[in-house]
Amino acid sequence: MSIVLIVAELQPSGQLRKATLNAVTAGRQLAEKTGGELHLAVLGANPAPVAEELRGFGARAIHTVGGLSQYVAEPYTAALSQLVQSVQADYVGMAATAVGRDLLPRVAGRLRAAMASEVMGYEGSGADVQFQRPMWAGAVIATVKLTTALKVLSFRGTEFPMAEPTGGASEVKAFTASIPASKTAFVDFKEVKSARPNLTEARVVVSGGRGTKGDFKEVEALADLLNGAVGASRAVVDAGWVPNDYQVGQTGKVVAPTLYVAAGISGAIQHLAGMKGSKTIVAINKDGDAPIFQVADYGLVADLFKALPELRESLAKLKG
Amino acid sequence: MKILVTAKRVEDYESKIKVKPDGSGIFLEGLKYKINPFDEIAVEEGLRLAAKHGGEVVVASVGGKEVQEQLRHALAMGAHKAVWVNHAGPLDQLGVAGLLAKVCEQEKPDMAILGKQAVDDDQNQVGQYLAELLGWGMATFASKVESLESDAEKAKAPGLAVSADGKAVRVVREVDGGLDTLDVQLPAVVTTDLRLNQPRYASLPGIMKAKSKPIAELTPAGLGVDVTPKLTITKMAAPPARKAGIKVPDVATLVEKLKSEAKVV
Repeated sequence: MSIVLIVAELQPSGQLRKATLNAVTAGRQLAEKTGGELHLAVLGANPAPVAEELRGFGARAIHTVGGLSQYVAEPYTAALSQLVQSVQADYVGMAATAVGRDLLPRVAGRLRAAMASEVMGYEGSGADVQFQRPMWAGAVIATVKLTTALKVLSFRGTEFPMAEPTGGASEVKAFTASIPASKTAFVDFKEVKSARPNLTEARVVVSGGRGTKGDFKEVEALADLLNGAVGASRAVVDAGWVPNDYQVGQTGKVVAPTLYVAAGISGAIQHLAGMKGSKTIVAINKDGDAPIFQVADYGLVADLFKALPELRESLAKLKG
Repeated sequence: MKILVTAKRVEDYESKIKVKPDGSGIFLEGLKYKINPFDEIAVEEGLRLAAKHGGEVVVASVGGKEVQEQLRHALAMGAHKAVWVNHAGPLDQLGVAGLLAKVCEQEKPDMAILGKQAVDDDQNQVGQYLAELLGWGMATFASKVESLESDAEKAKAPGLAVSADGKAVRVVREVDGGLDTLDVQLPAVVTTDLRLNQPRYASLPGIMKAKSKPIAELTPAGLGVDVTPKLTITKMAAPPARKAGIKVPDVATLVEKLKSEAKVV
């Protein structure tokens, strides 16, 4: 019997980060493949409300660790490592968010465990289960085997649907961790405030590239009409035209919305790696040879400043 | 201050990577190799810190003799000396971090700056492993508030702010939903994100000077590190290809297709 421990992530507000539910699905699948049971962990200042929210997701137990403040790697590493040892987990996993990417390798380091990042799926079953993950910006899907007793995994959210509640009420167990003094002090968090849906959760994403010359008004207007999120290519984020949180790509956000509109984006491989899992891709670019057209379902060779308003008006009429 | 930076040898990110039909690896013919772009940012940041605060930049890499090319590149950018851990076999992230931890114990840098990930395996782990093995504080995904087209960037100001007493570094990090700021006691591990800086080109005099800069050779056995991989790649495959799309002549056709064919609006 293996134990799969999935770590919930809390936002700075204390609310559950939705990507946790994708990781819960990944954990359920792994528990099924390894004949194991799913456990959840909630760490934070006040983990109880989120633990309560997760009780209907079919976990054998939900372990809470309180008394922690704002996320910083060192105290969370201490808390999670102690919890992993206490529940004798065989697998510990979390969504590959900024926190997951920061925390998990450090926990793996403390417990001398091997880790697979951005896991997309599984191969085999039982103790021999292996993990599929992207390499070279997604140009290759590698299957990897981890040979340490504890295996640490971060999950790519777009590859696992968000978990739905299955009923039942998991037992909630409070765990007390001893947290040593940290060498790192949290100073502040400057949030990019936006009324739009979260980039990784939106059904529609409208992204702008160099072709916008920094003018995102039309990109934003189309996103707002479709209740979508706004994304961007690396070039425009580097130029400081939009916040870094907008970046779609291998090293930014990986998204897979129902509709992805790329306006004025040429389509570097690093950008494509972040959006080619989208259901329908529309590309609008003046350059008919731009690589973005190779992944687009519908390509329109046009000036985005003409095409986007026209598209918005047509879609507005359609919606009535 | 003394800064240790890394220079992993990776396939040029603009190379076309193709998987062999038997899944045993990728085709190596015609591939060009470069320093990992995130490591290049780490080298640049090290040079800026050394220029501002004084001190030296030591660049380290692990691999066969070919990684000397990447070490020479970093030396040509301005790094003062290089450490080459000679190891030709397979390595995983835990193994690399174990070697770098020993190098840090020997070199005693105030800061180790690494790329947040290498663009070949895309694991994003070595910096975090290293911080843990050394018991140091860390700040991953280092960035800065100013853009890459700002005046501060043009003046080659470091994005990492060392405190006046030289005992800590303030790091702005790219995280979900915004920018996080941490104060980390030195010595510390920092990993770089894309927008920390724009790396300089190696100048011709820099390239000439690099030829006479020292490269110290070490081995895993000499460092006492067992690098037997705990992670092995058993297979590689190409990702599922997207069905070829079409070009539409105008917005009206696009809207019609989105409505009746894709059914997404």
